[in-house]
Amino acid sequence: MKPAVFDYSAPESIAETVDLLAEHGSGAKVLAGGQSLVPMLNFRLARPAHLIDVNGVDELSYISANGALRIGSMTRLTALGESGDVARAHPIIPAAVAQIGHRAIRNRGTIGGSLAHNDPAAELPAVLMALDAEVTARSADGERVVGMQELIEDRLFETTLGDTELLTEIRIPAAAAGSSFGFREFARRHGDFALAGVAAVITTDGSTITQAALAAFGGTHATRLPTAEAALVGAETGDAAFAAAGAGAAADFPSTSDVHGTADYRSHLINVLTVRALQDAAGNSGGGNG
Amino acid sequence: MAETMSVVLNVNGAGRSVSVEPRKTLADAIREDLGLTGTHLGCEHGVCGACTVLMDGEVVRSCLMLAVQAGGAEITTIEGIGAGDDLHPMQRAFSEYHGLQCGFCTPGMILAGIDVVSRNPDPSPQEIREEMGGNICRCTGYQKIVESVQAAAAIMSTEGGSA
Repeated sequence: MKPAVFDYSAPESIAETVDLLAEHGSGAKVLAGGQSLVPMLNFRLARPAHLIDVNGVDELSYISANGALRIGSMTRLTALGESGDVARAHPIIPAAVAQIGHRAIRNRGTIGGSLAHNDPAAELPAVLMALDAEVTARSADGERVVGMQELIEDRLFETTLGDTELLTEIRIPAAAAGSSFGFREFARRHGDFALAGVAAVITTDGSTITQAALAAFGGTHATRLPTAEAALVGAETGDAAFAAAGAGAAADFPSTSDVHGTADYRSHLINVLTVRALQDAAGNSGGGNG
Repeated sequence: MAETMSVVLNVNGAGRSVSVEPRKTLADAIREDLGLTGTHLGCEHGVCGACTVLMDGEVVRSCLMLAVQAGGAEITTIEGIGAGDDLHPMQRAFSEYHGLQCGFCTPGMILAGIDVVSRNPDPSPQEIREEMGGNICRCTGYQKIVESVQAAAAIMSTEGGSA
């Protein structure tokens, strides 16, 4: 057997889950879709004393589109990517979900699991950062709401959530009227983790950009791209603004080297992908992009 | 040895109770406790796709699930797809179009192929390549696998044949 020994609980409610977290604290690990945690268990990179399996907590699985979009943390990626409500509110989400792993991975993987695991090459932390999403964290002591940037900070493979907190919900504010998106990533093969990627949401009043929210992934952590955003707001849509944003994005990006690519190469990718994502966004405007 | 838990695994239409440690993956339970060795284990970390099974009709990686999580679900392995002279159209197409050489990846390929065609009855070669990118083959170079899935899709559209 590959994983090390652990005690196993399968609670059926949020209340039961947070009580278990309060009891076991840092010795416990929450098992969501398992598409990242189970490989880590199999490699014994993770050896939790106690595994709390929340796959039976039905109240964590929902998509609600009354007002802000609210998504339960155990919503599977396939359901997220195929939801009409999600596509209408934020079409960047299904565009990004289509790039996550493969069908078998998306059938099990969850939105909350992706955020809590916080792989720096994962799509959803960056996308939800660009959408100004917030998450709800529950513990036995109560509940708090945390913005995506506050959740991630500069962490990788962990978040600012405490050991006794359970990520229960993702809330995404409605898109501004006339906003449009671009999503670009570069991976060696479809379904592989991206070397780098950019999520861009812009709003124009016809020709001038009034709002810009950009986030990148594939560096040391998911991050907003404030220099790129500043280069866009107030500028006319077009090559000059997009080129300035690309350069700004590369400057903002916390690049990193590994066997798949050097830091310089990744920064170059961020520059190019930012320009392409903005071109896509310019081409996407109108047409139901929220 | 750690404590075991009892779980009923419904595999290929038959329910069997097994007693497993919680850390045992579904793939290991299928192979070791149920003796269904058609489900193969390649990488055991969710990359190669050899361990693909259907759970309630959807493809999943059985190496990335615990056996104790599968109680109450309907699991289909390659043994439930067809055997001997009673082969599924996907299996016949893989045989006819040489969609395998050593055969190690084939159970996962067959199940992934059935899943692709069930959602897209007439997939293009490009769609097959993208959809089946999560299943690795080290022999064929994939060309024959793509041809096999396309051929199976054509057979299934006339004969039917879901999982």
